[in-house]
Amino acid sequence: MGTMTIDGRKVEFTNEKNVLSVIRKAGINLPTLCYHSEVSTFGACRLCTVEDDRGRTFASCSEEPRDGMVIYTNTGRIKKYRRLIVELLLAAHCRDCTTCVKNGECVLQGLAARMNISTVRFENTRELRPLDTSSPALVRDPNKCILCGDCVRACEEIQGVGALGFAFRGTDAMVMPAFNKPIAETDCVNCGQCRVYCPTGAISIKTNMDEVWDALADPDTRVVAQVAPAVRVAVGDAFGLPAGRSVMGKIVTMLHRLGFDEVYDTTFSADLTIMEETKEFLERVGQGKNLPLLTSCCPAWVKFVHDQYPEFIPNISTCRSPQEMFSAVIKEHFKGYEKNQGKKTVVVSIMPCTAKKMEILRPDSVNNGERNTDVVLTTTELIRMIRTSGIDFAELPPESSDMPFGLGSGGGVIFGVTGGVTEAVLRRLVDKHDKESLDAIAQCGVRGEEGIKEFTVDYKGIPINVCVVSGLANARTVMERVKNGEANYQIIEVMACRQGCIMGGGQPVKPGARTKEERTRGLYNADSVMVIKKADENPTIAALYEGLLKGKEHELLHNTIPW
Amino acid sequence: MQIGGPSGGCLTTEHLDVGLDFDSVKKYGAIVGSGGLVVMDEHTCMVEVARFFMSFTQRESCGKCVPCREGTKRMLEILERIVEGNGKLSDLDELQEIAEMVKSMALCGLGKSAPLPVLSTLKTFRDEYVEHIVDKKCRAKTCQALRKYRINEELCKGCGKCAKSCPVGAITGKRRESYHIDPELCIKCDTCRDNCAFEAIYVEA
Ligand code: SF4
Ligand code: SF4
Ligand code: SF4
Ligand code: SF4
Ligand code: SF4
Ligand code: SF4
Ligand code: FES
Repeated sequence: MGTMTIDGRKVEFTNEKNVLSVIRKAGINLPTLCYHSEVSTFGACRLCTVEDDRGRTFASCSEEPRDGMVIYTNTGRIKKYRRLIVELLLAAHCRDCTTCVKNGECVLQGLAARMNISTVRFENTRELRPLDTSSPALVRDPNKCILCGDCVRACEEIQGVGALGFAFRGTDAMVMPAFNKPIAETDCVNCGQCRVYCPTGAISIKTNMDEVWDALADPDTRVVAQVAPAVRVAVGDAFGLPAGRSVMGKIVTMLHRLGFDEVYDTTFSADLTIMEETKEFLERVGQGKNLPLLTSCCPAWVKFVHDQYPEFIPNISTCRSPQEMFSAVIKEHFKGYEKNQGKKTVVVSIMPCTAKKMEILRPDSVNNGERNTDVVLTTTELIRMIRTSGIDFAELPPESSDMPFGLGSGGGVIFGVTGGVTEAVLRRLVDKHDKESLDAIAQCGVRGEEGIKEFTVDYKGIPINVCVVSGLANARTVMERVKNGEANYQIIEVMACRQGCIMGGGQPVKPGARTKEERTRGLYNADSVMVIKKADENPTIAALYEGLLKGKEHELLHNTIPW
Repeated sequence: MQIGGPSGGCLTTEHLDVGLDFDSVKKYGAIVGSGGLVVMDEHTCMVEVARFFMSFTQRESCGKCVPCREGTKRMLEILERIVEGNGKLSDLDELQEIAEMVKSMALCGLGKSAPLPVLSTLKTFRDEYVEHIVDKKCRAKTCQALRKYRINEELCKGCGKCAKSCPVGAITGKRRESYHIDPELCIKCDTCRDNCAFEAIYVEA
C-alpha cells in the first residue's frame, strides 16, 4: 500500500509485486522481454529499467514498490539505452523475419518497430546452429533464441518438467535440453508451454498445414475435421471479433469453404469419453482397484505419468482421449465401400494442443494397423490457413457441424477448461438435470482457476474425494502427496496446461490472466446456451452405442496396447 | 595509473593528489575495487590497456543479461579494431554509447563496472585513441599492428645482414647502399633489428 510518483504523476499501489506492475497499471506499457507474471522474475533483458530521482537506474521488474518512490520511465538516456539493448539483441540475431514462423507476432520484432530501429551497426558473428526437429510437436531454432529464459522457467515452474536449461556462458550461452540432447529424448511432454512463453520464433509449433492443403486438393481423399472445444474460443480475436467468444459456427463454415468434406465437433467424442470414463470409474470404485483413477484426456499428462510416476500407470484411465476415440469412430464409420465410395479418409484433428501431435503417434492410437488421426492442426495453424485463404472470417455466416457426429453436450464443451471433465462426469452421475442440480454441481468446487482443487461429492452414499489439477508442477505436488499417503482421492483430473486446454500450447498467444478469463468465460457461456447438458442425454451417442460401437466399445474407445 | 582491478578506472599524474578512498576516486571514474594499483609509464598503450581489461571482463560475463553479454562483446570488438589499426572515428562514439549503457543497465556488478576502464581512458587518453585511428600510430609502440620497421638510411652501411636474416624476404637493397623494408611483407618479427650491427633498423609507431 502506498503512493509513488511516476513521471510526475501520483500513482497508488496496493499489493503489486513489483514496480513494473505499478507502472503498467498507470497505463505505461514498458517494454519487456523476460517478464511474465506467472513465472519467477528473471531480470535479464533490462528493458524495464527506470530511473529514480537520484539518477539511480534499476530494473522495475525486480524492485518492490515502496511508498514515496519517485521514478521516471522515459528519460532521454533510458530511452536511448533501451533502444541500444534491442539493437544489440538484433545484432546477434538471424533476422530473417520474412520467412520466420513468428513474423507479425514476434515480441522482438515488435520492439524493433516500436523503437524505430532502422539499422543495426554491428555484424552478426553468431555461429549458425542446427535446428532441433526431433519433437513431433515443436521445433527449436537456437539461432532465434534471445536467452530470455522464459521457456526455461515455464517448463520448470509451471510444468515441473525442467526439460530446458541454460548452458555455457557469456556470448556462448545457449538454452537447450541437458547435454544438448534432442528434445524428443528428454522428459519433455510436448505441452508447448515453452512455445507459448517464447517471445521469438526460437520455439515454434511443428506445423502440418501442407499435409492438410495436399489432402484438401486431392479429389480421391475425403478430409474429415474434428474441432476441439477450446479451439472455438481462441480464433475470433485473430479476426477482430471479441476475444473469448465462441465462433464454432463460423469455423464450421470456414472449414467447409476450405474444402473439408465433413466437419465434426470433438464435444461429441467428449461425450463418449464421459460415458466410458464414468463406467470405468464406477467399476474401479466397486472393486476398489487402481484408485485414484487418473484421467487420460491430456497426452502431456499421460506422458508425464509414464516418465515420472511409472508406478501409477495402471491408475491411468484406459479410455482414449476424445480426439482418439473420435478418430477411431470416424475411421470405422467410413470403412465400408458404401460409406467411402472408394475414397481415402483423412482425419484432421483441430486442437488447442501441441501434445496431440505426439499422441497420434503413440502405438495405442492405432486400429486395423492404421493410425486413427492422420494430422493434428493446432488452433494457431488453423488461423494461418484461414489467413492464407483470404476468406473474410469475421463476415462468415455460422453453420452447424455435420451429422451424425456433430452434436455434443454442454458437458463435452467444458472439457476445454480445467475441471470440465470432472464436472461432466458429475453431471452424468446425477440422474436429475434441472437447473438447480446442475448449478449445485458447478458450485461444488470444480470450477475456478486454482491449480489444485479438492472436494468431496456424495455418490449414492459413498463419499468420493476428487482432485482437479491444472499445470504439471501442481500435478507433481498432488502425486507426491498421493505417493506418500498424505492424500486419498478416488479420482484425479489433470490437465497439463494451466487452466486447461484453453491455454494449450497450440493456442494463439498471449498467456496471461486476461486471456484465461476470456476463454474460460467463452466456454462456460457456450455450455450455458446448450439444450443438451449431459452426455447421456445426447441422442446421437445412444444411437452410436446401438449401432457402430456395438461389441466394439473396447476396441475403439480404449487404449489396449501398453507403451 | 590503473586502479581497482580489471573493472577499475585509469588516472593520470594530475590525479596524484587525489585521496585513496572510496568517494574520492569515484569522482574521477575509478573505483577502489580490489585495491590493486597498477602504475604505468609511457611504454604502455592506454588503448591496449582498455582492450586487455575488456577482454577479461567479456570472458567473465556470465551471459545472463543483455547489456553485459552483448555490450562487452561489441566494446571488445571495437577496441580490437582500433588496436589493429582498423578503427574509425565513429567507433569512439559507439564505444562511449555502449559503455554508458552497460554501466547503467547491466544486472550485476561485473557488468556495471566492466565499462569503467573504457570510459576513463576515453576521457583521459582520448588523444591516444585518436592517434591509433587517424595517424595509425601507437605512441607506446606496443600495438603490433601499428608498428612499422624502418631502416635509417644514414646509419645503414649496406652490409645486407638484415636481408639474409629476414624470414620472409621483406628486405631488399644493393650492397653498400641503404637497404629497404617492404612493409607489406614484413611480419614484425624483430629479427633484422636484432641482427643489425649499426642499429640502423628502428620501429616507427
Ligand atoms: S524471431 Fe522475430 S525477430 Fe527473429 S526472425 Fe523471427 S520474427 Fe524476426
Ligand atoms: S513442451 Fe512442455 S515439457 Fe516440453 S520443453 Fe516445452 S514446456 Fe517443457
Ligand atoms: S527459446 Fe525463446 S523463451 Fe527460451 S530463452 Fe530462447 S527466446 Fe527465450
Ligand atoms: S491441457 Fe489440453 S492443451 Fe494442454 S497438453 Fe493437455 S490436452 Fe493439450
Ligand atoms: S552483468 Fe552480471 S548478470 Fe549480466 S551478463 Fe554480466 S555477469 Fe552476467
Ligand atoms: S622485422 Fe622481421 S620480417 Fe620485418 S623486415 Fe625485419 S626481419 Fe624481416
Ligand atoms: S523485464 Fe525486467 S529485466 Fe526483463
